[in-house]
Amino acid sequence: MAGITLLVLLIGLASIFWQLARARAVQFRRAVRFGSLPAQHGWTVALWAVLPALALLVVWQIAAPALVTDAVLRTPAAADLPPPGFARATLLSQARALATGHGAESVEPLSRRLAPAYAAATRRSHWIATVAVLALAIGAGAAALARVRAGTPARTRVERLVTALLFAASLVAILTTAGILFSLVWESGRFFATVPAQRFLFGTHWSPQSIVDDAPGDVLGALPLFWGTFFIGAVIAMAVAVPLGLLSAIYLSQYAAGSTRRLLKPALEVLAGVPTVVYGYFGALTVAPAVRRLGMALGMADASSESAMAAGLVMGVMILPFVSSIADDSLIAVPVELGEASLALGATTSETVRQVLLPAALPGVAGGVLLAISRAVGETMIVVMVASAVATLSVNPFASATTVTRQIIDLLTGEATFDSPKTLAAFALGLTLFVVTLALNIAALALVRRHRVRGG
Amino acid sequence: MIVALACLIYLLVTIAVQGVGGFVRTTIALPIDMATASRGPGPSGPAMAGFVDAAAVRAYGPGGARLISDGAWMAVRDTLRADPTLARRRFVIHVPASTAIDMAYKHGGTPAADAMIARLRPHLGSELNTGFLTGADATDPTRAGIAGALEGSLLTMAVTLLLAVPTGVAAAVYLEEFAPRNRWTDLIEVSINNLAAIPSIIFGLLGLALFLGALGLPRSAPLVGGLTLALMTLPMIVIAARGAIRGVAPSVREAAMGIGASPLQVVFHHVMPLALPGVLTGAIIGTARALGETAPLLLIGMRAFIAGSPGSLTRPATALPVQIFLWSDQVDRGFVEKTSAAIIVLLAALLLLNGVAVVWRARVERRA
Amino acid sequence: MTVKIAARHVSAFYGDVRALDDVSIDIDTDHVTALIGPSGCGKSTLLRTLNRLTDTVPGARVEGDIRLDGRDIHGRDMDVVELRARVGMVFQKPNPFPKSIYENVAYGPRIHGLARGRGELDAVVETSLRRTGLWDEVKDRLSDRGTALSGGQQQRLCIARALAIEPEVILMDEPCSALDPIATARIEELIGALSGRYAIAIVTHNMQQAARVSQRTAFFHLGRLVEYGDTSDIFTNPRAERTKDYITGRYG
Repeated sequence: MAGITLLVLLIGLASIFWQLARARAVQFRRAVRFGSLPAQHGWTVALWAVLPALALLVVWQIAAPALVTDAVLRTPAAADLPPPGFARATLLSQARALATGHGAESVEPLSRRLAPAYAAATRRSHWIATVAVLALAIGAGAAALARVRAGTPARTRVERLVTALLFAASLVAILTTAGILFSLVWESGRFFATVPAQRFLFGTHWSPQSIVDDAPGDVLGALPLFWGTFFIGAVIAMAVAVPLGLLSAIYLSQYAAGSTRRLLKPALEVLAGVPTVVYGYFGALTVAPAVRRLGMALGMADASSESAMAAGLVMGVMILPFVSSIADDSLIAVPVELGEASLALGATTSETVRQVLLPAALPGVAGGVLLAISRAVGETMIVVMVASAVATLSVNPFASATTVTRQIIDLLTGEATFDSPKTLAAFALGLTLFVVTLALNIAALALVRRHRVRGG
Repeated sequence: MIVALACLIYLLVTIAVQGVGGFVRTTIALPIDMATASRGPGPSGPAMAGFVDAAAVRAYGPGGARLISDGAWMAVRDTLRADPTLARRRFVIHVPASTAIDMAYKHGGTPAADAMIARLRPHLGSELNTGFLTGADATDPTRAGIAGALEGSLLTMAVTLLLAVPTGVAAAVYLEEFAPRNRWTDLIEVSINNLAAIPSIIFGLLGLALFLGALGLPRSAPLVGGLTLALMTLPMIVIAARGAIRGVAPSVREAAMGIGASPLQVVFHHVMPLALPGVLTGAIIGTARALGETAPLLLIGMRAFIAGSPGSLTRPATALPVQIFLWSDQVDRGFVEKTSAAIIVLLAALLLLNGVAVVWRARVERRA
Repeated sequence: MTVKIAARHVSAFYGDVRALDDVSIDIDTDHVTALIGPSGCGKSTLLRTLNRLTDTVPGARVEGDIRLDGRDIHGRDMDVVELRARVGMVFQKPNPFPKSIYENVAYGPRIHGLARGRGELDAVVETSLRRTGLWDEVKDRLSDRGTALSGGQQQRLCIARALAIEPEVILMDEPCSALDPIATARIEELIGALSGRYAIAIVTHNMQQAARVSQRTAFFHLGRLVEYGDTSDIFTNPRAERTKDYITGRYG
């Protein structure tokens, strides 16, 4: 990879500059006794040599593909290309693959003719980048080297540079959030240009397999998905996780002896650390068939082996440690005096728990449940492996059900192209999921915070 | 509580019972008569496979070829390579049996299958399935291994760790030690907390749109998987590292500042060494979560059927949890125990990671 | 007698709370200056403004003019790192680094590049430890952790750490308040031994200690400097009524 060679070269350059600057700084005596050290001069110059060059390299890496394509389009062979669109993109990407040596077996002749142009343009781009980056590194480094003098506040400078780097690292979080928002909103925007939003949000028919090009909205009504997600994640899973999680938290925080607690807490953590694909496998293998048999036994002929019940049960077990640990935290956060006061009045432990501790911990627990719902709603692998691909609107827990996350996976794992309504629908589903989980998280945080304000 | 534990135990036991079978394979004795072969089979796969199938038919009758694994010829080839003197002799070699035999031998089955096993029993045996740990994915469960997926996971994790840990720690240092209180830092804080709570599948969508769509990076590559998971683990590492940094006593900072240590020297000479156990724990927990993560990798295409080792950051690959998912979808019964065995490997890796975190932390804390 | 630090009209705020109110004071080179006064009177805050440790407190603000050898410590040409190296500090609670005894003392010279090579560094460490009387107690276990020493030893280690970079001023913020009487006596002895070479400012709650170790005493009350003069005058013949009440134990 050319990039790696360049990086190694840059590091080499930086260390040369470091040595030069240090050697220069050693020659003069420090102006003040606690002034900058020669090594700090070294670091300042080395960073000046590397950072602008790296920035240029990154910019180039991002801009290069477009520039290369531009150059290729200016070659005579490109005159035969179809107008911008899917066909053109395919031809170009085939040519690119050929040029980089990942030749596919069936290649259009036009792509074959374009490939040399691609290779040449890429090579040229590499050379320009290498020369420009190295020149910038040497130039900036030399300029910094010339400024190494007795009084230069090298320590302050190098500290400021490194602090700037640390700041840049903390910007990654903002950029990620922005990236998520932008990509979801952008792709969803393109989706809603073809399918009206109310059609998508409130339509009741979902079968992307039978999509028709001129009216994609007819089969992309996501209401059954929202219902399935809500039913599995917020109803069935919570019906399992909340009572059990609460009970185990009460047991852990009020009744369990220290040694039991020390044993059970890690066990819950282990349960929380098991990857969801394992739960999914477990669910598909044992829970789903059992639930189906149960449904049959209850006289439901249409009991599905991909039922909402099975997915919800497994999800409930998955989320249980999370609920339990949050409830445990809220119970422990209740001031000790409160419980002691109740016990001092002669109340039994269970009375104290029921009448004093639980009401006091309730907002925290409720916040925890909201967070748990947000997790369950966004959980993917369990529903991919246990729930159904078929969207139905049914309140029967033994009938098949599907969820938003499951559909995102299904929509995006065909050999669909980037611009098809199916792909875009996945992003629209993603946006809905993002908004819902965000709202749940904010609500949960607000609840917990209010709880804390009142408690403290 | 009891229910939770019962679930955990039931889950582990089910998987352990089924998974153990995945590490063992049934072999069947196959007499090979190189002397009768008019001309030695060439080294090419099809010729050798045909030759071995013929040998099986000679030994066990018309259905003989169905008793041995699709990959049996490879065992024969390797034996011949290891000992060229065999090339003119008659010898008996134990080759992997087919899935049907393997399953029936291990678990029993239909009466017909049991009868067949009873007839074949003298010729059957068991051995450690080394191919499971060294081979890559295959269509035939008796040949499928997890080495390819494991390597994919390792490459992906390498990218994730290399990006997420330095960036996360740097961000945590900035936010705790240098950031002024203003709108920007509030915004950063809010984004980090929200990112930590966003479903992982959203990160998959981001990876798809950003790395594959906008930047044109190769599909299915560990590089892209690592980048995506790095973005996912970053907030976790930042939050853990900030907690650890906040836990360092202010008196240490003052002591260092009092003798003229610069802000960065205070952080890197004094605060970070003390915060290290917490930072490491955060990094390892983040890694563990990334290692078990499946959904985002499915979206960026790391679900390809790859019958070899990826070997590079930009070539198509799959990861261990994705492999588990893919195998769990297979109809062939032989994949059930392979899936469980792969889960055992995954859980063992996670346990190992957590164990390392605990031990490391204990050691650093004892020194402190 | 030369003035080392000259503070003029210094006020300090924590958020909206005024901790120091228009304080002007000189710290002399060859004297020990004691800062006394009831809790919350601003004496510790004053100490922290002198080496700009107040910079690190969120929401803290300092007004006024402070000069070290005539140079404005808030000036653009003054590097805060240089300032803190020249103005050393010893804290109320002994706070050795959780590193070896050797590393504790060697750290300052190392980051400021004051010693060339291991031999010179060893010599600096030994001299500093000798001057605090710690050398004979720890010379056989220099690689032990500084935090494993007794409280008094830890505080002397902290003083040795400060001495290792040859500061010009040493600020001490109630250096004995966490120590037993014997350890306190040793520190006081040490302060006496150091007083000729460094400008020392010491905050203390203990009137007897102020009388014993200092030549000059400043009395603070509610953020204001009430009285400042020779220690003997302050204790025998205070001018202000509040000073008198305080040193006779009427309040505090």
